[in-house]
Amino acid sequence: MSKILIVAEHLGGKLNSSTARCVACAAKIGGEIHVAVLSDAPDAVAAEAAQIAGVAKVITVANAANANPIAQVLAPQVAKLAAGYSHVLGPSTTFGKDLMPCVAALLGVAQVSDIMSVESSHVFKRPIYAGNAIITVEAPSAMAVVGTVRTASWPAAGNGGSAAVEAASVDAALPSHTRFVSLQQGKSDRPDLQSASKVVSGGRALGSADAFSIIYSLADKMGAAVGASRAAVDAGYVPNELQVGQTGKIIAPELYVAIGISGAIQHLTGIKDAGTIVAINKDAEAPIFEIADFGLVGDLFALVPELEKSL
Amino acid sequence: MKILVGYKRVVDYNVRIQVKPDGSGVVTEGVKLSPNPFDDIALEEALRLRDKGIATEVIVATIGPADCQPHLRNGLAMGANRAIHVVTDQAIQPLTAARAMLKLVEKEQPQIVLLGKQAIDDDANQTGQMLATLWGRPQATFASKLEVAGDKATVTREVDAGLETLEVDLPAVVTTDLRLNEPRFIKLPDIMKAKSKPLETLQLADLGVESGDHLKTSTYAPPAKRSKGVMVKDVAELVSALKAKGLV
Ligand SMILES: Cc1cc2nc3c(=O)[nH]c(=O)nc-3n(C[C@H](O)[C@H](O)[C@H](O)COP(=O)(O)OP(=O)(O)OC[C@H]3O[C@@H](n4cnc5c(N)ncnc54)[C@H](O)[C@@H]3O)c2cc1C
Ligand SMILES: Nc1ncnc2c1ncn2[C@@H]1O[C@H](COP(=O)(O)O)[C@@H](O)[C@H]1O
Repeated sequence: MSKILIVAEHLGGKLNSSTARCVACAAKIGGEIHVAVLSDAPDAVAAEAAQIAGVAKVITVANAANANPIAQVLAPQVAKLAAGYSHVLGPSTTFGKDLMPCVAALLGVAQVSDIMSVESSHVFKRPIYAGNAIITVEAPSAMAVVGTVRTASWPAAGNGGSAAVEAASVDAALPSHTRFVSLQQGKSDRPDLQSASKVVSGGRALGSADAFSIIYSLADKMGAAVGASRAAVDAGYVPNELQVGQTGKIIAPELYVAIGISGAIQHLTGIKDAGTIVAINKDAEAPIFEIADFGLVGDLFALVPELEKSL
Repeated sequence: MKILVGYKRVVDYNVRIQVKPDGSGVVTEGVKLSPNPFDDIALEEALRLRDKGIATEVIVATIGPADCQPHLRNGLAMGANRAIHVVTDQAIQPLTAARAMLKLVEKEQPQIVLLGKQAIDDDANQTGQMLATLWGRPQATFASKLEVAGDKATVTREVDAGLETLEVDLPAVVTTDLRLNEPRFIKLPDIMKAKSKPLETLQLADLGVESGDHLKTSTYAPPAKRSKGVMVKDVAELVSALKAKGLV
């Protein structure tokens, strides 16, 4: 039977929903699921993780060095904890992408990135070429599987669990060559882009940071998170953490509204798993219409305020 | 200070990738090949550090088949001082790439290794992190700003929550994100100059690298297609369609 260790992602004392998505993936693999919380003060996060249905045990590693998630500091600890597990998983968020390959390297095993489906305990599907091809890969059964879970492919496992929480001490030499300086967070009361059920995104067509306000306004009316194309981020209309796509966030909301976005492959790969896609674009030939469930051709500066008013 | 740059050749990002009908791979015959976009950014950043007088030498390295030489000449034309070609006919996986890079690191002793955050063919996003681990040195992935002062670097990283800043001791591995810089264009005279720059060839088999190609790929498939939707004529029609689905 598989024994699966999931590395919890958390920030500011709160568990990130990516962890419950990893649990859903682990449940598909089947076996005993443990969650490791590495932090300076892991208790609150551990209590949250213990409630996720399907989790059998939460292991905490309290260490002042774990106050911020520095991959080269966390990796030796995770590699030590990994002994006896058949699988070690993390989310394919920037946290997991940074950390998990270090764990794989310490264990001397290849990593399966962006697991989108589980075929069997050692066979997985993952996207390559910006999602334009899906490959089926088999990991060796004689080694631990180290993988990242493509969060957009997995709904978060629900609550209802009551796992035991156990403190562990890990005997690993931790480097001091990497030091956290700061985290500049975009502050917003809006829903979180990665877990929101509705997302409204704007592209280059908005033309300026000021004009982008009509996207925020529509999103607020809909209770939606705000996203953007790379062009909009590069032009400085919105901060980088709003970027959706191959090199931004891969998301799967129930509703995605793309406004003034052409639909480049790199953008589409980030939204392919959305439930319903709406596109508003003045160019009837824009590629975004090839994957939109509802397309509306016209000038966004007229249509967006009209849409907001009629909701 | 020496800087080593990972410079992988990949299918150009504008190519629409097609999966072969028999599922044995993707069509790469006759498609345009280009430097991985993130590696162009890595090379540009290295060249800027040399322009500022911080770096003295920039080395581009590729692990790839024999016909990668024009690709490396491209990196030399962009401005690298010299190139290293590690020849292998197989498409290697990131752990093997990282182990091979480590051999180059041991040989060249660079202060900074700049890699792309991901290769846009395998989209693995692993090699830099694995190299830093095997080397026992700091990593700063997804960099959008890099400042080097003395034996330290301050790196701003694009993370999901926003922008994180780390300070690392050198030597270190830095992987690039798109907003780090905009790569320069290559000028014609530089293409001529590149022809006489040193390009060293090594065989992967001779480096003594243990293979980390543990993953077996059985099939390639096109992604699930979204069925084509409908065009609505106005906002009212859009709103009623969304209402019917319970989305607004
Ligand atoms: C390696 C790599 C990675 C990348 N990663 C990403 C990524 O993660 N995410 C991403 O988004 N991009 C990414 N890109 C960039 C991508 O290729 C496109 O350049 C980008 O998505 C274009 O953004 P856009 O659609 O906003 O702009 P454009 O392509 O310029 O499209 C603007 C659209 O707005 C429409 N428009 C203009 N005015 C109006 C108006 N008044 N009303 C209505 N419509 C109007 C136009 O018809 C057009 O279709 C990446 C590129 C590379 C090379
Ligand atoms: N075969 C290779 N040759 C040169 N550089 C490579 C190679 N493979 C990976 N890299 C470097 O590692 C980065 C990340 O690749 P990957 O982990 O495959 O997504 C790339 O952007 C390159 O800088």
